Amino acid sequence: MVNKLDNALWFQQQTLNLRAYRQQVLAANIANADTPHYQARDLDFSSALQAAVAGRGEGGLALARTAPRHLATAVSADPTFLKYRQPTQASADGNTVEMDVERAQFADNSLHYEAGLTFITHQIRSLLTALQGQ
Amino acid sequence: MSILNSFQVAGSALTAQSLRLNAVASNLANADSVVGSDGKPYRAKQVVFAATPMGHPAAQGVRVTQVVEDSSPGRLVYDPRNPAANERGYVTMPNVNVVEEMTNMISAARSYQTNVEVMNTARQLLLRTLTLGQ
Repeated sequence: MVNKLDNALWFQQQTLNLRAYRQQVLAANIANADTPHYQARDLDFSSALQAAVAGRGEGGLALARTAPRHLATAVSADPTFLKYRQPTQASADGNTVEMDVERAQFADNSLHYEAGLTFITHQIRSLLTALQGQ
Repeated sequence: MSILNSFQVAGSALTAQSLRLNAVASNLANADSVVGSDGKPYRAKQVVFAATPMGHPAAQGVRVTQVVEDSSPGRLVYDPRNPAANERGYVTMPNVNVVEEMTNMISAARSYQTNVEVMNTARQLLLRTLTLGQ
């Protein structure tokens, strides 16, 4: 029963994890808009999500290991799907952050994150409706 | 939780930009200080930004690595009545470029605003996540 519930929510959970991860990467780009030689990065979202879905059973996204005795999970999404952005107008100090692109992607990503939350909420509601049977 | 890292990243950018704004304020305030605390004309101060990882390799925050003094020569102004004038009547003024400092100030203020918005968005997303399933 419980693993069925987990199955129902698992895909959206992966999506939210990746969206949160991408949000952090974009925040780093915006924070470093004035740092010389900083190379803007972004997450290849569709490949990362495909890998997370394909890697089910092997752990999917890596768990954070905050202590040395924590077990490592098999698949790590972090380094593979982070790509450097190709700037359309590179700046003179070697920084490749383009604020308009980053802001647009940031807004887009937060919208998708909220959409993911809405999907999960509605899934939970329909499960509740099924459980209550009224 | 990746979104919590966004707070750290944007927060580091706020600290760095406010330090830059402080340097601009100091430069503008001392644009006419012909004698500094060391007896020489004031030298313009500039901050140096560097990307620094914060808790996660994808979360690159900003840090001010050093505050450098501009080594360019100060401009000479003919003012023989000034006690700091040399034997030919010229006073060495600080090497502060007021136009450069003003653009620096605008850039710092804009970056500060953007990072505040990043923090607001991250906060909103986290609050939405807390009410998940309701």
